[in-house]
Formats: sequence, structure tokens, C-alpha cells
Amino acid sequence: MTDTPALELRNLSHVYVNDKGATLAVEELSLSVARGEFVSLVGPSGCGKTTVLSLLAGLFPPTKGTVLLGGKPVGGPSPKVGYMLQQDYLFPWRSIRDNAAIGLEICGLKTAAAMERVDGLLAELGLTGMGFRYPHELSGGMRQRVALARTLATEPEVLLLDEPFSALDLHIKLQLESLVQQTLRKLGKTAVLVTHDLAEAAAMSDRVIVLGRNPGHLRKEVAIPEEIRRADPIEARKLPGFQDVFESLWKELDELDGGGDEDDG
Amino acid sequence: MTDERRELHHEQKASASALADPDGRSRRESLLQRLHGSHKRKSRRTSAAVGATQLAVLVLFIGLWEAAGRNHWIDPLLFSYPTKLFDQLYRTMADGSIWPHIGITVSETVLGFVLGTLTGTAIAALLWWFPFLSRVCDPYLVVLNSMPKVALGPIFIVGLGPGMTSIVAITLSVTVIITTINIYNRFREIDDGYIKVVRLFGASRGQLFRHVILPGSFPVIIATLKVNVGLAWIGVIVGEFLVARLGLGYLIIYGFQVFNFTLVLSSLVVIAAVAAVMYQLVAALERKLTEGWRER
Repeated sequence: MTDTPALELRNLSHVYVNDKGATLAVEELSLSVARGEFVSLVGPSGCGKTTVLSLLAGLFPPTKGTVLLGGKPVGGPSPKVGYMLQQDYLFPWRSIRDNAAIGLEICGLKTAAAMERVDGLLAELGLTGMGFRYPHELSGGMRQRVALARTLATEPEVLLLDEPFSALDLHIKLQLESLVQQTLRKLGKTAVLVTHDLAEAAAMSDRVIVLGRNPGHLRKEVAIPEEIRRADPIEARKLPGFQDVFESLWKELDELDGGGDEDDG
Repeated sequence: MTDERRELHHEQKASASALADPDGRSRRESLLQRLHGSHKRKSRRTSAAVGATQLAVLVLFIGLWEAAGRNHWIDPLLFSYPTKLFDQLYRTMADGSIWPHIGITVSETVLGFVLGTLTGTAIAALLWWFPFLSRVCDPYLVVLNSMPKVALGPIFIVGLGPGMTSIVAITLSVTVIITTINIYNRFREIDDGYIKVVRLFGASRGQLFRHVILPGSFPVIIATLKVNVGLAWIGVIVGEFLVARLGLGYLIIYGFQVFNFTLVLSSLVVIAAVAAVMYQLVAALERKLTEGWRER
């Protein structure tokens, strides 16, 4: 680990402007994520989780403050940052392989060697022999794994996960959580996960950040105990300390729901 | 019918016993095959019945028309009758005089719907690329779309001269606007998620168009091509009414002028046949091009 954080937000504020008016989505948010760390953002709807993720991805510039990626300001989307969406959004007219390689194609990196790597990635994610199939032939869990392969294919340093498991059945969701965690750990990637699911956040992350709403701000950081961090997400849920972490997150969000408005004054 | 039901009842009983039997694996296999077979037989039978009925309707219609014409139930001068039509067609095919007419009309139509679809798609791409332009053009497109564009025919003929160019121009005027509107709307309907996927990889606007917007609109473009086959026929026939010395539309207007309705109706039969073939070809093209990636 080096001293420069992989990701850093400094006094970040963002305002959405449209015909109806201007709304403050995030206010004075500062946050830093170390290299190789897995951080989750949780919070009620309207706390600006997705806004933060979009700003990290460079989809649009923040109204105020800076976003640093490896110490350098983010100027726009780049292949250094991978982003996984809630739905797989695989292109139905592309084969699985070509879907996984779309990022490489856009960055002009689609070489024979890169395609071999894509095939290897698909195999690693349990999709051997699926390369020449089309998305409609695959189940929801398989499709989301293809989406993961697509995100990893450009070899990003940082992964942003925007509720990528929320549309899946519980069983598939647990399997994918552990697959994603293993894969990211093996590749030493930094990750930021946005989720509604407190158990998911607690089981997967090194650190959970609770955001408050109206406008979004940092409310609390919960460090996950070492043994839960190290365990596989499925096993982590069964560890004795897990319930305590879950409870403390739950309490935090519960308070937010009850007295959220006073906090913002 | 009763046979079928008895068969089904029998199979249901068989299925109950086969599924209950733990060692009945091969029996289960053969049961599944049998059920599939009877399903296939049934659907084949339905298809055959539909085909037979369709044929019967056609034969009945032609027979009635023939009888009505020969017995003067309808005015044969005006409505003619099938044998006269086919005699006319046979003669003109045998002496070869009809082929140039078919040739020119078919080329005008094909040129019309292909160019119409391509031009419409190109304009839609332009509107997508420049949102300001699209907002400016919106009311004009609506007005142009609701206008009967064949009314522009005389202007094209005077401007471009009487001939194939002005006929194709009339066809374009009929097809381009609606193509532009349909395809532009499709461009805008592409799910934001797909756009986000490529934007996150830093795609340029051109890449976004090439990788997402255009391929995602492909089925709509082909469907528009099919609609344009029909529209192009309108443009071509009207164009030929106005100026041509050759073509099926010309034959119709000529037959009308010399009061030869057999010629008029036989030309219509040819148009119907050629239009049907053209439509089927485009439909086959559609199946071929969108093979494999159809969303459920």
C-alpha cells in the first residue's frame, strides 16, 4: 500500500439543476479510500449514494470540490475506473464475448491477446463455453457475471458497484457476492459498493459509510472487524460478531428515518 | 377429435404411472417424446387446415368472379373476369411486352424504398447528433408528415423532368418523413442504461452512435423498410399516373383511358404479386439480419 489513497473526495458538493429548480444532492462530503480497500455506502434513498458514485466515475463534474483518482483529479470517465450497474445491460446483438469486450473496443484495446484475456476472465467467472452465446440464452446471475467480466476486462484500478446484486434472487446474490469479493481480492482492486442491503454491506466490506439525506452528507463510519472482513460473505453472515455490526448499522439508519430532518439543520 | 382426446387421456394415465416408477427412466423418455410428437402433429394439422381454408377462399373468390362476369351478374366491361385477365397476362408475357413495364416499376419501387429508408435514417442520425436542430425541426416534421406528399408530384415533374428521377423523388417524398420520425423516436428510446455502459468506458458520441444507438435501432429500421415497401408502391404508381410512358402505373392509366379494364385489373394483379414477393424478401432479410439476438 502506498500513501496516496486510491480514491479521494474533498469537500464535495453537487447540485442538480433542471426545469423544476435546483436541488442540493450532496453537501461537503469528504472521503478517502485506500488502495485495495472495499468500502460500502449505505443510506436512505435521497442520500446521494448514486450521485457520489457517478462523480467518482467522472460521468459529470461536481458543482464544488474535487474528486481524486490515485492523487489526480478526475476529468471524465476513464477505463481506470470500472462501473457495474444494477442491471446487466448486455447488448442483445452482441455475443457474450463481444459484450465482455465492449470496453476494450471503445478504448481501442481489442487485440487478440486482450480477447484471450477476456476468455480467461469468462472462464474464471464460471462462464466457460458461453462466449459465443447471446445474452437472452443466459440466466440473470450469469448475465450479471458477464457484466462483471465486462467491467474487469479493461483492467480498472477501482471498481464502483452500483447495487449490482439487488435485482437477483437471494441464492444467486450470495453466490455472486462471494465471487465478486474473491475476484477483487485476488486482483487487489479497490472497490466502492452502493447498496440498500445492510447485511451485504457488512459482509463484503472493510468499512461501511452511512450517509444522511437532504442533502447527502457523511454520518458515520463503521469499521468491520478483521475476522468478518477476511471471511467469505456467506460465512461472514454466520460469525458471532456479524450481528453486532448489523445492529449498529441498523440503529444508525433507523435514527435517520426517525429524526433525519433535525440532523440537517 | 374424439380420437385425439382418447389418445391424450391415455397418455395422461401413462404419464402418471411412468413418473411414479423410479426405474422408468427410459419409459419417461419415450413418454416425453410421444407427448412432443403429438403436439407437433396437432400444430401441423392446424397449419394445414389454415392453409386449406386460405386456398378455398381464393378459389371461391376467383370462381364467383368468373361466374359473375360470364353471366353478366356484374358488368364484365368494368369488372372483367379472371380468365380474361389471365389470358391478357399470358399474351403480354408470351410476347414479352409486359416485362419492361414490370422491370421499370420494380426498379423504381426498390430504389424508392431503399433510398427512402437510408435517407430517413441519415436525417434521423443528424437530428440525434444535433438536439438543437431536432427541436427546431420538430413542428416542421409534424406538418410535413400530415401533408399528402404525393400532391408535390407536379412540382417534381416540372423540376426534374418527366421520367424515373421525378418518380423516385415522389416516392422519397412519401417515405422519408415518416421514416425520419419513426427512427429518430427509436434513437431516443434506447435505454439510458445501455448509453451509460459505453459512456463509462469513455465512449465518444460517434462510438455511442455506432455501438449502441444504431444497432439498438436496427429492428425498427428493418420494420420501417417493410412499411416503406408499401409506401413506395403508392409513390411509384402515382408518379407513373402523372408522367410515365412505361410501367405498371402507366398500364393502369392507359387501360383506363382506352376503357380496357382487363388491362387495369391484370396490372393490379401483377402489382399485388410483385409487392407480396418484395415484402417476403424484406421479411426474410429481417429474419436473417436479426438472427440470434432477438430479445425474448
